[in-house]
Amino acid sequence: MLSDIGVKSVDDLFAAIPAEYRLAGDLKIPRSYAESEIVEFFRDRAAENGQGYATFLGAGAYSHYRPVVIDALVSRGEFFTAYTPYQPEIAQGTLQSIFEFQSMICELTGMDVANASMYDGSTGAAEGLMMAVRVTDRHKSVIATSVHPEYREVITTYARHQGMPLSTVGYGKNGRVDLEALDKAVDNETAGVLIQSPNFFGVIEDIAAIADIVHKKGALLVVSIAEAVSLGIVKPPDEADIVSMEAQSFGVPLGYGGPYCGVMATLDKFVRQMPGRLVGETTDRNGKRGFVLTLSTREQHIRREKATSNICTNQALVALMCNIFMTIYGRQGMKELAEQNLAKAHYAAEQFKKSGAKLVFEGAPFFNEFAIQTKGDPHSINDRLLEEKIVGGFPLKKFYPELGNASLWCCTETTTRATIDVAAKEVAR
Amino acid sequence: MNSKIKKATTHISQNEGLIFEKSSPGKKAFKLPPLDVSEVNAGELLGKAVREDLGQMPEVSEIEIIRHFTRLSTWNYAVDHGMYPLGSCTMKYNARVNETVARLGGLAEAHPYQPERISQGALRIIKMLSDQLIEITGMDAITLQPAAGAHGELTGILLVRAYLESQGNPRKKILVPDSAHGTNPATAAMCGYAVENLKSNAAGMVDMASLEAQVNEDVAALMLTNPNTLGIFEQQIHKIADVLHAKGALLYMDGANMNALVGKVRPGDFGADVMHLNLHKTFSTPHGGGGPGSGPVACKKILEPFLPTPVVVTKPDGTLGFDYDRPQSIGRVRMFYGNFGMFVRALAYIMANGPEGLRQTTEDAVLNANYIRKHLLGLYELPYDTPTMHEVVFSDKIQTRKGIKTGDIAKRLIDYGFHPYTVSFPLVVPGALMIEPTESESKEELDLFIDAMQQIAREAEDSPEIIADAPYHTRVTRLDETAAARKPILRWKPQGELVAK
Repeated sequence: MLSDIGVKSVDDLFAAIPAEYRLAGDLKIPRSYAESEIVEFFRDRAAENGQGYATFLGAGAYSHYRPVVIDALVSRGEFFTAYTPYQPEIAQGTLQSIFEFQSMICELTGMDVANASMYDGSTGAAEGLMMAVRVTDRHKSVIATSVHPEYREVITTYARHQGMPLSTVGYGKNGRVDLEALDKAVDNETAGVLIQSPNFFGVIEDIAAIADIVHKKGALLVVSIAEAVSLGIVKPPDEADIVSMEAQSFGVPLGYGGPYCGVMATLDKFVRQMPGRLVGETTDRNGKRGFVLTLSTREQHIRREKATSNICTNQALVALMCNIFMTIYGRQGMKELAEQNLAKAHYAAEQFKKSGAKLVFEGAPFFNEFAIQTKGDPHSINDRLLEEKIVGGFPLKKFYPELGNASLWCCTETTTRATIDVAAKEVAR
Repeated sequence: MNSKIKKATTHISQNEGLIFEKSSPGKKAFKLPPLDVSEVNAGELLGKAVREDLGQMPEVSEIEIIRHFTRLSTWNYAVDHGMYPLGSCTMKYNARVNETVARLGGLAEAHPYQPERISQGALRIIKMLSDQLIEITGMDAITLQPAAGAHGELTGILLVRAYLESQGNPRKKILVPDSAHGTNPATAAMCGYAVENLKSNAAGMVDMASLEAQVNEDVAALMLTNPNTLGIFEQQIHKIADVLHAKGALLYMDGANMNALVGKVRPGDFGADVMHLNLHKTFSTPHGGGGPGSGPVACKKILEPFLPTPVVVTKPDGTLGFDYDRPQSIGRVRMFYGNFGMFVRALAYIMANGPEGLRQTTEDAVLNANYIRKHLLGLYELPYDTPTMHEVVFSDKIQTRKGIKTGDIAKRLIDYGFHPYTVSFPLVVPGALMIEPTESESKEELDLFIDAMQQIAREAEDSPEIIADAPYHTRVTRLDETAAARKPILRWKPQGELVAK
């Protein structure tokens, strides 16, 4: 090949790089490992990570069972070694699956249109507010403090240099958005209001009441959903203008925080202000149904600095996991799954109460997460539980110092009664 | 017409409707274990918030699901089928061992908030990958938090802005060469900067005179892809850095094309101040039909205080943990710590290669691109004859005389059994064909590609009408994208509802 090209050595091909910058020796990284060594290395790391723990952690990442069919299918090279479907004639598999994903997300969220995915729930929430700014041509946003604290941190980073002033609205005694405070916080310059439901404390918001306040002032309501499985039993946020969801619960491994799958859904009338890839149905020259990427004039590769977002990559393979998960559970299974989550969490809340813990928020419904107040420091409770191979709830003090010893506990279909009973004993001590 | 095609033959392709069209009540593919706590009444617990039903969600059996997605998968072209020379996207082989280790229970099932003492394995992976990427880039510090390349750009420019603000003046604009990816100007705009275009010279590189004229105290940074999107190494790179630094501006390097440099040269050594890497390009994590990506950002010491929170640190007792106490940080760009699953795969890739392997990977990628260039020269116009690195950009100038455009050639290439190159990018080359073979291709595969491109060039001369209607052997022929955009159908709806609307 070298002689074909007309060079003597492969180094000649790098002649364009000024000689003084070319590396003379090897990079200082470990030697090449055999496959067997690589597997052994990561097995050791996995073991250091502690395996076989039951968990009460939720707080934006949920431990649900992943049907084996998901990995069997996403491991097909045709899916995971393809790229963005720029050439639709040889990408109909990816395109049709995204179209089905968009359709199911619409069905579940009550929205008209959903995109092919965003990076995750936190950046998706930021993009949701940026979209509200574009739609309303206003600049200010209001964010409920009961939105995931890390989402709020990400939004703060995104908004800082985009001329998007942010303010917050707190929560009331029942853990829901304080409606009076909201009414005061939203004015005629507010572009978007972001809430989460179920919120960070697990409490389901009164979306209709919030929407009334937001819409009265001509602002848009952006609803973030961090626990997608809730949609099996909780009424979708029909009154929202934009829904930004983290779909990790739909068959995506916890994976120490990523990759996950953000989703954005909205009303038909706002679709042209939506960020991210969209797949649409069309026909080929013979009238046969097919799918293509569409409305790309919103996107950075066409609009450059005037694009709706700089987003390029989406989470297609993770969205495919979600798609398969939604297909497996379907109309009946999504409901039964959500009912089990609801039942386990309510059983746990009852048991914890019997042990002397208090529910932090009463008087509003919750799905599979709830905050409790304990006499002891939740870190000590968790230390004791860890001895029994149980990871306890998420101590809230870090993000909500005003909540003292409160901690956030999540139960899913994978949480057993026996584990809950052990934890109930410990929270009492 | 088909006999000349060496790489591919048509075969039976299964038809398959939308999943909703297979649904019927009562079919199911799930089974939950018996509930071990008391049943609850959802209506009583949730009140107004209870959901009545799940509308049109599908009801199908497990074998139907397996067949549905298997059939769909067979309609895709993928790296596993053959060469995927999509320029700038670096479609290299995705090793299976990476997938295996990323799915190990202790890693795949780790909750991001689980205690640090049972997260030491994950933290060590983050630390090791960080250290190795710092060595590979020649930088001083890194964050793995950004979720993709464009997200890395956002992080990098926010670092630049935070640094300049700490110096007293964030400045007003970002310079972006005309050959840049669209994400660069879009990113600059999101960081509150005006975008100013920078012209290329006749050799396809940054025009030094324009650069010197345009760099002043209003310029925060230049966002430069190197090698650039023409596959050309910016030979004046150190002088570019000097011009910027002399005026207090920084050099942001878009590392999308790092596949051409690893083990041969380090951006930190030639003057880059901050850069992102695409783990899904250079470090072989799978593209997955569009994502997930992962876009670590490496930077020089001066930018380190501004990196997103948290960062991994070694604690006094020798264990690893997260440091959240970073008062100058730009804040978070993503929840948790980034796309950890991609870190596992990228580290496995680096371990499999070692220093010699990484260098050879780069050499092979550049060798392959030059081999293609040599054999297509003359048949397709080469707008810039500056040396090619890991990708080569031709134009359709010769073929347009017969009315054939780059998009048509791409469609015909599909019939020859290949995924097309990147069409009509970079924008500085009208009718661009951007070809990136990567190191993964054997000489045999490259020869098949060259043969296909040669035959298509001949067809363009002799029978252009063949090309204009291609592809012929796919499930669908050319799709009507105009109709798709004019009357968007973005979701499935039951027939009756469509009629009603």
